[in-house]
Amino acid sequence: MRIAFVLNGRKRTLDAPPLARLLDLLRGPLGLTGTKEGCGEGECGSCTVLLDGVPVNACLVAAGQCDGRTVLTVEGLGVKDGLSDLQDAFVKEGGAQCGICTPGFLMAAHALLTANPQPGEGEIRESIAGNICRCTGYQRIVESIRHAVKERASRESG
Amino acid sequence: MALVGRSVPRADGRAKVAGTARYVDDLTRPGVLFGGTLRSPMARGRLHGIRRDPAFDWAGVTVVTAEDVPVNVVALIEEDQPVLASDEVRHAHEPIALVAAEDPVRLARALRALTPEIEPLPPVLTVADALARKAQIHGPDNVFATYRISKGDAAGAIASSPIRLKGRYRTPHQEQLYIEPQGMLAFWDAGGAHLVGSLQCPFYVHKGVKRTFSLDDDHVDVTQAVTGGGFGGKEEYPTLLALHALLLAKKSGRPVKMIYGRQEDIEATTKRHPCEVTIESGCDREGNLSAVSIRILMDGGAYVTLTPVVLSRAALHAAGAYRWEHAAIEAVAVATNTPPNGAFRGFGAPQTIWAIERHMDRIARELSADPLELREKNLLRVGDTTPTGQFLKESVGVQRCVEEARKASGWDKKRAALGAGAPARPVSALPRRTAPGGSAPRKARGIGASVFLHGAGFTGSGERRLKGCVAIDMLRGSSGKKPIFRIRTASTDIGQGTETVFRQIAAEALWVSMDRVEFATPSTSVVPDSGPTVASRTVMIVGSIVERAARDLFARTEHERQKRGGSFDDAALRLLAGKESVVSEKTYETPEDLVWDDEKYRGDAYPVFAWGCDIAEVEVDLDTFETTVLGFWSVADVGKAIHPLLCKGQIEGGTLQAIGWALNEKLVVKDGRILNARMANYIVPTSLDAPRFTTVLVEDPYSRGPGGGAKGIGELPMDGGAPAIAAAIEHATGIVRDDLPLLPEDLFAARRTAM
Repeated sequence: MRIAFVLNGRKRTLDAPPLARLLDLLRGPLGLTGTKEGCGEGECGSCTVLLDGVPVNACLVAAGQCDGRTVLTVEGLGVKDGLSDLQDAFVKEGGAQCGICTPGFLMAAHALLTANPQPGEGEIRESIAGNICRCTGYQRIVESIRHAVKERASRESG
Repeated sequence: MALVGRSVPRADGRAKVAGTARYVDDLTRPGVLFGGTLRSPMARGRLHGIRRDPAFDWAGVTVVTAEDVPVNVVALIEEDQPVLASDEVRHAHEPIALVAAEDPVRLARALRALTPEIEPLPPVLTVADALARKAQIHGPDNVFATYRISKGDAAGAIASSPIRLKGRYRTPHQEQLYIEPQGMLAFWDAGGAHLVGSLQCPFYVHKGVKRTFSLDDDHVDVTQAVTGGGFGGKEEYPTLLALHALLLAKKSGRPVKMIYGRQEDIEATTKRHPCEVTIESGCDREGNLSAVSIRILMDGGAYVTLTPVVLSRAALHAAGAYRWEHAAIEAVAVATNTPPNGAFRGFGAPQTIWAIERHMDRIARELSADPLELREKNLLRVGDTTPTGQFLKESVGVQRCVEEARKASGWDKKRAALGAGAPARPVSALPRRTAPGGSAPRKARGIGASVFLHGAGFTGSGERRLKGCVAIDMLRGSSGKKPIFRIRTASTDIGQGTETVFRQIAAEALWVSMDRVEFATPSTSVVPDSGPTVASRTVMIVGSIVERAARDLFARTEHERQKRGGSFDDAALRLLAGKESVVSEKTYETPEDLVWDDEKYRGDAYPVFAWGCDIAEVEVDLDTFETTVLGFWSVADVGKAIHPLLCKGQIEGGTLQAIGWALNEKLVVKDGRILNARMANYIVPTSLDAPRFTTVLVEDPYSRGPGGGAKGIGELPMDGGAPAIAAAIEHATGIVRDDLPLLPEDLFAARRTAM
């Protein structure tokens, strides 16, 4: 099946079986290995990408479902001169340890901050509850997201 | 500019948040095949053969069986485990054959076209059956290892104590559940065997490959890929996976990649050892401890792997953070026909710390004493001796940990407000269940504590035997004007931050900025053997070697500068004239005053201990028996925090693993097989289950620790979480649980039994 979609801001067209997993398309023919596979059944959230801005598990999304839609992966998060403020916050605040779950957390957090620029801690924890991290105990991830929220707020007020 | 003590951005952070860090499954090689494993469906049986479906098209499929293995042993402590089963299978999911194919779909079909022919034999599935020798599955008595530690006359002192108490405490399996499954990429060329994989210990794999394929040092190259968590699960297991991938690569003549699926990873790889600990203690009516007698029984699974070392650590931590004039500890590990248990953060200590901490709460209950006061009264101090006779010379910050935890958590106030807890509120006094649709859910709050220690570095004479080695190269650098430095060590960064912390230590000792210090990818062809990345030894032991090598280079350069003038960089460039690099290679020197007797199990078990106090506040729903952790305070004596943020990250992450072991995780095992080997039904905590942590670092420096006194802390936080949670639940509900886990159904069952 011919599938056309916007991936990280660029139009892409490729031939793929309609039931191929989006995860395999990304990591295979599209060469975007930043999206990780941790369980293959939608439990760990490591393969979280945004489909039309909504976080989904790329291991549970069929390629055919992406036709005519937009997909954002961790490779599309960065800004022109480097990391986004959210990515930068994860580096500074200890949000990434082993790093395998990090792209998924970044995508979930990016979706949250796009929809709700001033989330409280409860909303932050809720938004990343579909992502499993075994290293951090989550606290540094929550702090990283809060840090990005604060930076944005101070930029806007300043 | 002081670097040590500062939370600099982690060195590998950028690549990890950008998605450019390359984990093993992100790597490939031209012509790569996908490898998979045919496994035993049963716990024990005689293997007669492997039937290949003649209807399947075997073209292009490589099959490897035991006959293809040059030396069919996995070289770990003992050589009892085969790379592939040949005559007998000894646990469910034991590897029987290997298959490689062009793509994962064809691989899966080929695996289904193979049927092992196994005649079932009666398995030994429990420790009791192993001890009763229901079948002989290892040596004459099914025993892997036994240790005895003795100080004074425990039996006599207990008998003459006014308060004598006995308890039995059990802990189950635990799955490491690193988010990146096990994986390995293997190929052969004229230079020999090459491996890139997700692993903690490159030289363990190196040793295993040399043995199985009869190769010398220079013909095996093992390189660590960026590794997505290990927690011990990638300590010994990757050796087996590496051998499998290499066998397939050798027979097919192509590179082979093996990446486990989550289910296979949970079913087949090592777990935390299940353990049963019986404790008998004697003390006076004021709660002054006198004597303890402890018996530890551990289930090792089907092969030895690292079990004796895990058992040893369990025994050495069994008496907890307390002063006992008399102690007798006996530890036994047996074989069962279950997948081998192995390394998992804490390495035996969480099992015995659970037991001693629950026992301390039992004593407090008996004496109607405040559990934290009882502990404080008996804490080890500088000048005390442990059960092995180790004299504690320095860095015993446990008293401060308890004080800080008491203060930070508001223990006194909360304890007073909530009442004395268990003794005042027996289970039968819990209000009756409310009718559905009735009033608001009834909830009970409680607060509990644990105090614990963890020995840093290898046990006993381990470091002396190992002689860990580190090299630092001084190189010209790309500008040719500012020399740079490169740390070469086998210590892997598996998320804990080795790369960052080592660079801090080296840069500080060299008086240069961190961007002038590089960290070589751990590859056995490039780095010396610094020993494995285990045992809370990386920062404290290997970090101290890094520091010595860096100081040596600094001293040599400074000497040159004083002799012939100029700047540090000028002097360094003079030393580099006509050379590629100037190298400082240093080996760990075990302090002369550390003495250990392996035969008698006496002496200095560890160079030093890290200490901790955890306090948990919980709310238990009295209708559903769900536990919510409202607050968690961890105070740890880390000696010196080289990178406070990473250090706290270790403590919080380890603590949540401990809380998960208590409240969420439960492996269901039947007939030697795990029934819930998926992330959908082996439940670990999410961001909504995790409490908000308050983490306080106490710094009571260790005179030989790097950066001004750092101690090993990787495993410490795994020790205290579960008993603190159990104590809080007990305080809230009066339900006393001596066994993990503490899931709603476990608490409900305990409540009914108690009534």
